[in-house]
Amino acid sequence: MTRTEIRFLLNDRIVTRAEIAAHDMVLDYLRLDQRLRGTKEGCAEGDCGACTVLVGRLAPEGLVYEPVNACIRPLATLDGCHVVTIEHLRGHDGALHPVQRAMVEHHASQCGFCTPGFVMALYALWMQTPHPTEPQIERALQGNLCRCTGYAPIIRAALAMGDHGTSDPLLEERAKVTAKLHALRDGARVDVSKGDSRAILPASADDLAEVLAEHPQARIVAGATDVGLWVTKFLRDLPLAVMIAHLDELRVISERDDALQIGAMVSYTQAHGPLARAFPHMASYWDRIAGWQVRAMGTLGGNIANGSPIGDTPPPLIALGARLVLRRKDERRVLPLEDFFMDYGKQDLRAGEFVESILLPKPAPNTRHAAYKLSKRRDEDISAVAAGFAVTIEDNIITAARLAFGGMAATPKRAAQAEAALTGQPFTEASFRHAMAALPEDFTPLSDMRASAAYRMRAAQNLLLRFWLEAEGQPASLEDVA
Amino acid sequence: MKDDPRITGATHDSLIHDSAIKHVTGRAEYTDDITEPAGTLHAYIGGAGIAHGRITTLDLAPVRSAPGVVAVLTASDIPGRNDISPTGLSDEPIFTDSLVQFHGQPIFAVVAKTRDLARRACSLAKITYAALPHASDIDAAEAADYPDVTAPLKLERGDVAPALAAAPHRIKGRMRVGGQDHMYLEGQIAMAIPGEDDEVTVFASTQHPSEAQHMVAHALGVPANAVVVNVRRMGGGFGGKETQMNLFCAVAALAAKQLGRAVKLRPDRDQDMEITGKRHDFRIDYDLGFDDQGRILAVDGLFAARCGWSSDLSGPVTDRALFHADNAYYYPDVRLRSRPLKTNTVSNTAFRGFGGPQGVIAAERMIEEVAYALGRDPLEIRRANFYREGGDITPYHQRVEDNILNRLVDELEASSDYQARRARVLEFNAQGGVIRKGIALTPVKFGISFTATWYNQAGALVHVYNDGSIHLNHGGTEMGQGLYTKVAQVVAEAFQVDIDRIKITKTTTEKVPNTSATAASSGSDLNGMAALDACNQIKARIVDFAAQHWKVAPESVVFLPGRVAVGAQVIPFEELIHAAYMARVQLSAAGFYKTPEIHWDRAAGRGQPFYYFAYGAACAEVSIDTLTGETRVDRADVLHDVGRSLNPALDLGQVEGAFVQGMGWLTSEELWWDEKGRLRTHAPSTYKIPLASDRPRIFNVKLAEWSENVKPTIKRSKAVGEPPFMLPICVFEAIGMAVASVADYRECPRLDAPATPERVLMAVERLRG
Repeated sequence: MTRTEIRFLLNDRIVTRAEIAAHDMVLDYLRLDQRLRGTKEGCAEGDCGACTVLVGRLAPEGLVYEPVNACIRPLATLDGCHVVTIEHLRGHDGALHPVQRAMVEHHASQCGFCTPGFVMALYALWMQTPHPTEPQIERALQGNLCRCTGYAPIIRAALAMGDHGTSDPLLEERAKVTAKLHALRDGARVDVSKGDSRAILPASADDLAEVLAEHPQARIVAGATDVGLWVTKFLRDLPLAVMIAHLDELRVISERDDALQIGAMVSYTQAHGPLARAFPHMASYWDRIAGWQVRAMGTLGGNIANGSPIGDTPPPLIALGARLVLRRKDERRVLPLEDFFMDYGKQDLRAGEFVESILLPKPAPNTRHAAYKLSKRRDEDISAVAAGFAVTIEDNIITAARLAFGGMAATPKRAAQAEAALTGQPFTEASFRHAMAALPEDFTPLSDMRASAAYRMRAAQNLLLRFWLEAEGQPASLEDVA
Repeated sequence: MKDDPRITGATHDSLIHDSAIKHVTGRAEYTDDITEPAGTLHAYIGGAGIAHGRITTLDLAPVRSAPGVVAVLTASDIPGRNDISPTGLSDEPIFTDSLVQFHGQPIFAVVAKTRDLARRACSLAKITYAALPHASDIDAAEAADYPDVTAPLKLERGDVAPALAAAPHRIKGRMRVGGQDHMYLEGQIAMAIPGEDDEVTVFASTQHPSEAQHMVAHALGVPANAVVVNVRRMGGGFGGKETQMNLFCAVAALAAKQLGRAVKLRPDRDQDMEITGKRHDFRIDYDLGFDDQGRILAVDGLFAARCGWSSDLSGPVTDRALFHADNAYYYPDVRLRSRPLKTNTVSNTAFRGFGGPQGVIAAERMIEEVAYALGRDPLEIRRANFYREGGDITPYHQRVEDNILNRLVDELEASSDYQARRARVLEFNAQGGVIRKGIALTPVKFGISFTATWYNQAGALVHVYNDGSIHLNHGGTEMGQGLYTKVAQVVAEAFQVDIDRIKITKTTTEKVPNTSATAASSGSDLNGMAALDACNQIKARIVDFAAQHWKVAPESVVFLPGRVAVGAQVIPFEELIHAAYMARVQLSAAGFYKTPEIHWDRAAGRGQPFYYFAYGAACAEVSIDTLTGETRVDRADVLHDVGRSLNPALDLGQVEGAFVQGMGWLTSEELWWDEKGRLRTHAPSTYKIPLASDRPRIFNVKLAEWSENVKPTIKRSKAVGEPPFMLPICVFEAIGMAVASVADYRECPRLDAPATPERVLMAVERLRG
């Protein structure tokens, strides 16, 4: 069954739309087509949050609302979703919503241009946690830039928003919305187009395999947090896009005896809990990936398949010994994650093949892990250097070392010479100093706007020292010191 | 009649921003939100693909034939002057037709049915160039013998050479201070609607509607009276919309008049950052003499700035750097010179502080030099050099008569527990770990007034309608700072009416002519006074009328909250207004204000350019990671002087916001050009302004409630926009102290700005030797 239009709930009404290009984004649809102009364009690259809207989707566990960047969210992917814009936000009797009241009361807007985006991000937080803590608020606002207030009044508003109420019409209408979204579900493949651009939303993972077999040249679009920029920044055309982030089968996380299996379309947000439980060192690293809006959209599979040398997930996943499950039709192959990255922009992905899941083996005994990220700005920045380390120590001898780096080469890559310098050596500072000395044999990093080659090398070396010092219980990063 | 004896929205009340509810509901209308006339077209600018060279061929045929394209405009389509230089130096063409002076320089504009089609068509231009060597930065420009874009300034008092030679200690040094992009959340935008005859109306996000009006008029070759420029609000300005929107206004208006259709022009974020000016980066060379007590004896400073390809506002910006190179300190013998260098980069422009921050940070670097050389707490050195109360003379020969720094700094030192915390920081660092801490307390003194003296004027238009409702208009623009709210408070106070009786209206060149930019922190000072003047004119007529009509003495007509006492009787405000109307009293007035006392002779480097000074002080404690250069601001305490605040909540917001914006300038915000002269940090993905999680972990911000302007400004308040931007220099110095700890504070850390992790790590490595 194929449907040639998308259907979704926009605020309080059902919308159906047939003529859609793969590159049509939600923001232009809202502002130009629907004339809903409360949602603003600040950057059109998912970095400023001024275009934040909520997207509600029927997850297996029920209706889930998440903040997303409308600027880089393909319109076609709204099929079956509920889009909530600032215009729909209200309190009881049409009065200001608790979040809005708190923002006004705390003088949390100045120029006001970023404000609808902040309100929507805080609204998403309020839904989950009406009385959040400061760290929760900061995490929720990593994807929202304000240039006027210095954020302090926004934080004060967020701390107070629950005091203005913990319910609103939308929460009270959850059952109704859920029923409406269920009614939109027909299990069909969606195939829409406009001009010479076409978007297909497969009905299932099997259907995806079929679509790709039929159209091996199709561009797979997952969370669109990178592809969205190809469109908004580089005006690239997407003649045929297969959009797959909605596929629940690819959003499953299962804990096997030997490994954690993460579906390729698991979002950063969704992965956080299980990943942090299995690998506690990943928790704070994960919090520094993008902002909430991008974490809600972006997927592990997308971050990997994209092949960027500065993707956040590959270095720590390679260190953990991640393996990739690739599927074409009904054939599957499994390969170590590091082998997937062949060269700059070149991955070991065959025509018609897609990343199905990521396998993370249970941690080996006697192994210390770390994941580090260095960037100009702490949060929501692309790393200058990212690193994942796994070092196995038996009887004070390093029996195995996996040291993976991003930002140091054309691909995410293990530091073979540094690993060799550690392996078989005693677990001492001297061994780590040797590994540091070996690192220039592994990498010749580039200078660019994020950092110079000299900084990248020095800092990457020093991260090995940080690892050693932290293992020794010495404070060696800002998080270690109050 | 009301029971409440006070009006709502009086001056000095912490009223919410007039648009706060519209902001949070998404109903505040910005230029891009205005309903477009039917048939509106969209323009987009096509720019040069090299940093310096001549255009050899320009083939725009593929652009013209692209889908949806209606017209392509080049320099030859400009009926008037192809120039938008704001200072009249005629060095800033709208479109270049031959010489390319920076990467992205506008060459043409395409007009199409949609913005998307216009953007796509732009990339189809076929342009070839004969490239010339380019100079992207100060050193390269100097090496290539590039000229100054405008005349440099020299400030001199005493005789610096012998004073330096005789000083017991002498240090020469160099500091580099980076620029900054405004990163207003709402980018540049203009929408022009053609009118009949030579008329055109432009809606734009501009801090300077009158200048936009004049630029559009020049470009179209029509008188200023044919052009109307409107702005209700901006989504942030910070100086970036003082002159930089002239280009977009001019192009939109040209297209609109040529095609007879409304035309909107909104660059994307990348183009906005690539082709609009930024804060100037500076290279400062200083030669400093001081005594054993740390008293500065002589300063010789050379301030070279990357001005970009044209002069824009680089003259007054580099002037203001010199005006603030003393910050809070008296230099007995001094010579300060500017070097406004031309470069093949975007033309740098106004940005909150307008050169002042780069001057202030140089002063603070010199204090650090003295402190590290003598092994003293920099705060002691600061105090030893403060302008003395009683009136020391600045390098520009103005007496400092309103200095309150000693009290501010004393209070902040106590409230921030500076001494005990500094002792703890020293103790912590003595343990020698990877993480180091630093603490610093720095002052700010900032001169208030446009140094272009004629800019210190403002107009307002107040109507009282015969139902007692009031219409307020003035020449100031609203960019989030709350100017509209503050001026409305002045009017509410003047008439003693609740503020909801006052309709605040968009700024338009139709109502108040010849306005100055809303800039230099002057908005409330100038427009508040102009509005008050208008109110006072109307009030005087009402008083005359009431005194005559009810036969009482004029002194017995008194405006009370919501009503007016006329002798023994009390009349509701609207009733009195109606009575005045029936008696044919004019209930409308144009108000005017010009700042008194100020004068400035630039050639001589002497005068009284500033009406008064605003002061502040801040203390920051930071941690740094000496393995990676990462930094964190653990705590900041601020005590800032806004005189008698017109609205403490809004002023506090300005101080908090400026602090974090200034932190960004000094830490994570870095502009980076590649070897081809292309700016590569041109969007928030690559240019990193602070996030919520970057704000100080503990952030105590207070206004000096006891302060009152000694000058008769509006309600004895002081300007607040720019001065607090310099407070976070304490963050930068605290980072420097943490860096210096690795060499036991023996050496001045000489950190350059911004203190990115890279600069911090490299400074640590340099000091470790």
